Amino acid sequence: MTQKPLDPHKKLDIEQILEGLENYHPTRHGWTWRDVPEEGVDMGPFHYRNMSRPLKNSIGLPASKYFDHIDPQPSCVVTTEIASGRFEDDIRRMRMAAWHGADHIMVIRTTGQSHIDGLLEGTPEGVGGVPITRKQIRASRKACDMIEEEVGRPINFHSYVSGVAGPEVAVLFAEEGINGAHQDPQYNVLYRNVNMYRSFVDAAEAKKVMAGARIFQIDGAHNANATAKAGWLVMPELMVQHGINCAFSVAVGMDKDLIGLSTVPPDAPPAPKLWYDLPYAVALRDFFSEFKMRAQQNTRYIEADIEEAIRTHTVDTLISMLTRADIQSTITPDEGRNVPWHYNNIRGVQTVKQTWAALDGIKELVSLNYEGPLGEMVRDLKERAVAFLEEVIESGGYFAAVEKGFFVDSAKYPERNGDGIARDGKGGVGVGTIIERDSDYYAPVCSHFGENHLPAGVEHVCDPIGGCTLCKPEKIVYIDELDPEDNCNRRLEKTLPYRKGTSIKPEAEWAGDGTVLMQFFVPLPEDVAAVYGVEMAKKMGLNDPEVVNIQVMHPAEGCFVEVKGKVGFDIDLTSLHVPEKEIILPEQELRDAVKKVGLRVVAATVGEDEHSVGLREILDIKHGGIEKYGVKYTYLGTSVPVGKLVDAAIETGAHAILISTIISHNDVHRAQMKKLADLCQEKGIRDRIILIAGGTQVSREMAAETGLDATFGRGTKGIHVVNAMVKKLKARGVI
Amino acid sequence: MSDDRIARFEKRREELKKMSDEALKARFWDLCNQVVDPIVDLARTHTSPSIERAVLLRMGVDSVSAHGVVDRILEAGLLGKGAGHVVLKVSQKTGTDIRGAAAAILEDKDVLQGLF
Repeated sequence: MTQKPLDPHKKLDIEQILEGLENYHPTRHGWTWRDVPEEGVDMGPFHYRNMSRPLKNSIGLPASKYFDHIDPQPSCVVTTEIASGRFEDDIRRMRMAAWHGADHIMVIRTTGQSHIDGLLEGTPEGVGGVPITRKQIRASRKACDMIEEEVGRPINFHSYVSGVAGPEVAVLFAEEGINGAHQDPQYNVLYRNVNMYRSFVDAAEAKKVMAGARIFQIDGAHNANATAKAGWLVMPELMVQHGINCAFSVAVGMDKDLIGLSTVPPDAPPAPKLWYDLPYAVALRDFFSEFKMRAQQNTRYIEADIEEAIRTHTVDTLISMLTRADIQSTITPDEGRNVPWHYNNIRGVQTVKQTWAALDGIKELVSLNYEGPLGEMVRDLKERAVAFLEEVIESGGYFAAVEKGFFVDSAKYPERNGDGIARDGKGGVGVGTIIERDSDYYAPVCSHFGENHLPAGVEHVCDPIGGCTLCKPEKIVYIDELDPEDNCNRRLEKTLPYRKGTSIKPEAEWAGDGTVLMQFFVPLPEDVAAVYGVEMAKKMGLNDPEVVNIQVMHPAEGCFVEVKGKVGFDIDLTSLHVPEKEIILPEQELRDAVKKVGLRVVAATVGEDEHSVGLREILDIKHGGIEKYGVKYTYLGTSVPVGKLVDAAIETGAHAILISTIISHNDVHRAQMKKLADLCQEKGIRDRIILIAGGTQVSREMAAETGLDATFGRGTKGIHVVNAMVKKLKARGVI
Repeated sequence: MSDDRIARFEKRREELKKMSDEALKARFWDLCNQVVDPIVDLARTHTSPSIERAVLLRMGVDSVSAHGVVDRILEAGLLGKGAGHVVLKVSQKTGTDIRGAAAAILEDKDVLQGLF
């Protein structure tokens, strides 16, 4: 089914995505890696050694404007996790994330879905995630199909095959073209208290279905990092957990290249991170050389401070680059303080993109030193992992070991703190629900695991039913909605004015949620600062204000405070006055005009202002300044009195005076600008001289206010100034 | 008890130290396979309500009906035959398609009598 291509200047049309969903089938199934040219990638002035092909449409890092707007894309797949509870808002965030370089989009499930015995349908709202249903994932996959066309790279859409409905979820994912999924029976047992036998029996079927649809699998071992009290000590056990899921997955029919280890550098500064995380990363990649590495970033120690999280994640990414990452996952840096916001997904992706570009090809420059302590630590971890497995077998196997609390103990193996998670084989969710297959057991469908006694004469397993849904997608039954109130149509009605009307509110997660964040310093101790923050936000008119972060700068001198709240009012788009974009005349036309009149100017920074860098960039040929277009200039220097400039202009017969004014306290910049206009008036030259001012705190609107001809702020180039002068000369009939 | 475990670990370690890196890696995977072998056998010979519902989904039965049908089959003690197998038999017996057979089971569980 071909969709109309997305227009980068238009918002996603959610209603249009929902239209015809009952007949939509994904354009592509299975996992896709990035296209990484072996010879490297040339972009702008640089050669990259470890990058994939660039995107058709993307937004680079902020500094990319200094490098021909290049946006190098790491060789690894880059993950972002999105789950606000409303898929209709998530898909807009997916589009933003894709434009910044995410090509693996994970959707977290709503709280408690892993204990629901069966599939959910419709589009109910979730808590801390989205209820995974056919409609939600079909709509999201359809959106991803459109977005991947727009950016020019396949998007891997991902969710979770765990809980007591694993096999059904796996079938749903196979049918709907989901590309990746978490699947690890140990996760169910340890963290979701699903009965251990049920969990593994179900997992075999789920994995077989995933294998058939070439869905990439990620395991759940990294959760031990986040759960054990001392995450950095459980490393031998983590290797065992990875090993069990990998061996089990291969045994039931998965290809090794579709099996990924979810691995997290377990430590975070101020711990000496490298001494723990690097040997672990190396040991893991040695033992699991045939499997893929999904390197996750550390969440265990993330608290409210976004910058701290980003710094840790930068080091996590460094460890990935020093070792190996096939997928680099990103953590939204605000995860420790709220359900992640739109723009923090982008920040997470940027952390990887920035680190990856900075350290491109690091392995050609730097190598790990195995001779010293690194080699010893790597070997130590491996031996402990093997000894762990030996003890599991000696104790009667995996199930017995779980019953004895072998796993998620916070001590370094073989030490035990006795705080491991022990589960009873005769307990847990779904206990007593597995049933032995009879000697004539039969399931007439593809991708089915285990004993299956096909009747005599049946050639292909699903022939007796005329083909299963995996062979004939048209047989899939689509259920639209089950709940008349809790569904996306109701929600979309409410957000319509914000999505398609002219009502504007800021948003963090959902259309029209009104959420904003304020950051400030207040000279108060911590306890008082928190109270002040809420009070201040209330006075500013924000609803539901809440302090989300406080950093003590000094116990007495004060704190950095972040307060979130909700804007209670709408602003109508039609009431906003947006200044018209200045149209720049063609370069040749400008050059011709400059030549014709022999355009010359005098320029200086005025008042007590020594900041000359900006003005030099506007003037000098080497920065693309006005000189490049043939303009002759006389530069009078810094802190020049306005009167001196006017005199110089008269003396040299200049057509224009250019002043630069950076300092803006007490409105000194405005005062200087007015003074220039007044003085020219006094001297009787105002109608034949062009007056232009620029500076970081200057805006285009200030020209009218101060009586100048044109004023310029940040980001101005020489051509803008030449353009303004030529236009003025034309208006005066000089040209 | 704990001291005993540590002592056994030290003993194991003496043996492991003698191994090359390659041999240690091979030992790791050999042990992993030993751990999962009996679990794979368990999975091969057993099924669950979720597995059977997942079979019915693949046969073109909707998720809501699949849930009810598997419950009926379980109550009738026939899940060990395979829910898909049962529905197929009902479909053959009543001359309806798969979805019709699933509906028939939901309507009247007596259709499950005397199938095998």
